[in-house]
Amino acid sequence: MGIRRYEGRPDELLQAMLLIRHYEERTAALQAESGVPGTCTAVGQEAAAVGVVSALDEHDLILTNHRSAGHLLARGADPGRMLAEVMGRRGGYCGGKSGSLHISAKELGVVLTSTIVGGELALATGVGLSQKMLRRQGVVVCFFGDGAACEGRFHESLNLAAVWQLPILYVCENNQWQAFVHRRETMVNDSIAAFAAPHGIDSAAVDGNDVMAVRAVATEALDAIRVSGRPFLLETRTYRLRGHFEPDDQSYVDPAELASWRQRDPLPRLQARMLESGQVTAAGLTDMDADARRQIDTAVAFAVDSPFPDADALLTDVYA
Amino acid sequence: MAHMTVQEAIDQALQEEMARDPSVILMGEGVATKRRHLVDAFGEERVRNTPLAEGIIAGTAVGAAATGLRPVIDLLFAPFLTLAMDELVNSAGKLRYLSGGQFSFPLVVIAMTGAGWCVGAQHNHNVEAWFAHAPGLKVVMPSCIDDFKGLLKAAIRDDNPVLFFVDIGLVYSTADLSEDLPDMSVGQAAVRRSGEDVTLISYAKTGGVCEQAAQSLASQGISAEVVDLRTLSPLDEKTIVASVRKTGRAVIVHEASRSCGVGAEVAAILAEHAHGALRAPVVRIAGPDVPAPASYPLEQAFVPQVDAVVGAARRLMG
Repeated sequence: MGIRRYEGRPDELLQAMLLIRHYEERTAALQAESGVPGTCTAVGQEAAAVGVVSALDEHDLILTNHRSAGHLLARGADPGRMLAEVMGRRGGYCGGKSGSLHISAKELGVVLTSTIVGGELALATGVGLSQKMLRRQGVVVCFFGDGAACEGRFHESLNLAAVWQLPILYVCENNQWQAFVHRRETMVNDSIAAFAAPHGIDSAAVDGNDVMAVRAVATEALDAIRVSGRPFLLETRTYRLRGHFEPDDQSYVDPAELASWRQRDPLPRLQARMLESGQVTAAGLTDMDADARRQIDTAVAFAVDSPFPDADALLTDVYA
Repeated sequence: MAHMTVQEAIDQALQEEMARDPSVILMGEGVATKRRHLVDAFGEERVRNTPLAEGIIAGTAVGAAATGLRPVIDLLFAPFLTLAMDELVNSAGKLRYLSGGQFSFPLVVIAMTGAGWCVGAQHNHNVEAWFAHAPGLKVVMPSCIDDFKGLLKAAIRDDNPVLFFVDIGLVYSTADLSEDLPDMSVGQAAVRRSGEDVTLISYAKTGGVCEQAAQSLASQGISAEVVDLRTLSPLDEKTIVASVRKTGRAVIVHEASRSCGVGAEVAAILAEHAHGALRAPVVRIAGPDVPAPASYPLEQAFVPQVDAVVGAARRLMG
């Protein structure tokens, strides 16, 4: 499977979001039922991931973090190789050495993944510098969360990207949770996008649970970067519907807040809109859901069949 | 043969590697200000001043190294590396492994450390052992002018992240730089002086201390071999073990604090691989487990001196 290209039709975007939702729910279920290693899911954030990734072209590069499944799958990653990686199998994108947390897939332009919150922000400026100095096409997209926006590296990265005019689209997925701490406890400000202006960077904030809106704003931002060569900060406002790391009973989450965000779940929202506008039938939606489920069934079978790495893999890939 | 400072030899290495390979870039706090001739030769795009923010400098180097450039970053003083630990240890050292070998990180970090300028412990802290303990990184710490040039060139050509520590006490020392330096590679120790009775093992400025101690010992009828480690990770175990198997005695000398320093690793290697040949216990002479003071006499007292090395070797001879 290579880099996935999108024309931007709602059914394409829905298909990608369904694949991500089923993948994430299945990894959580496998954790609960079979002791597969836990994952940091981004259930509820599918529109934010698909909206941005669907707006990229094949030259663009992605840096992501521990909550990366949506970015990778939207980019065209094989869910079988993703799950194999989660399970520590040889068939995974990183041969089982990453596990779920730092999956990179160079072949998809997912060039570096750091699970240290904010780590990817420090690396993004370097990737942007390579793009600029080696005269390469392609914008660098760096995904991070509201937690990373409380790190010093966030400001260091924005500052340097602005000073050196690096082609970076910073995407803050503001999912309101920083591991087990609510964003309100760590910031006096409700806006991450507001941090852009003091660094001389243009920004936008968008409803991160509206995939069409995210895609439209991301496309505009990417077009601007391709012309100006300068960074841009996009904040997608969304919500982490599951816990930080599976298993997580979310006992610390305000049930009313969770319920209000469930009402804004990006999948039913898109499905309802497509039904209303006649872009899909109820039967069509059922078929799409079943199709995504089948793809995940196939992925699980692939991952389970993939052998564990040989013991000698312990000592390889340390040095070039 | 040209007479020059270590700083000038470092400059030559940068100049030659930047001329040889257009993907080599230099970034850091004041590099374009202080090395104006490199800006003149290679342009402002390849020689970049940066904010005083070690984390983003290192992170930028790591990201650039993974995607086609070969950055050299000057982080000035070794204690400043604490602000770049995530980028160096968690990213540069681990992301090749964690990605199953998809990426490599050819970058060099230059930082100064050691007694000599009375700058105190926030500018002088020999932290090389921290990085020798971190997988995926290499650590180089030269003792002589030829190595400052040759090993910096080797570090730049190496496809892995290399920490290149520059001993402050040597930066403005002058010496003759050899013409036609052979190509060097990271990971090889050097036997500076051959001897039969005891091996003095060191690196950086205390390498010179050991050579002086060996001369003094020779006048007292004791033949000391001097091994300069040059690279602290990976350690050249073969050269260390071969020397001590021959002499049967070892004095390990470094300026860095004793506990968990490089000397502890060398002593353990000798216990594992040269035990049968040892005729006396392995001895370490190292800096104390205290922060480096600024006051000149205290700073000098921190550093192992020739007399201490001579005395230790004599005691081992019994």
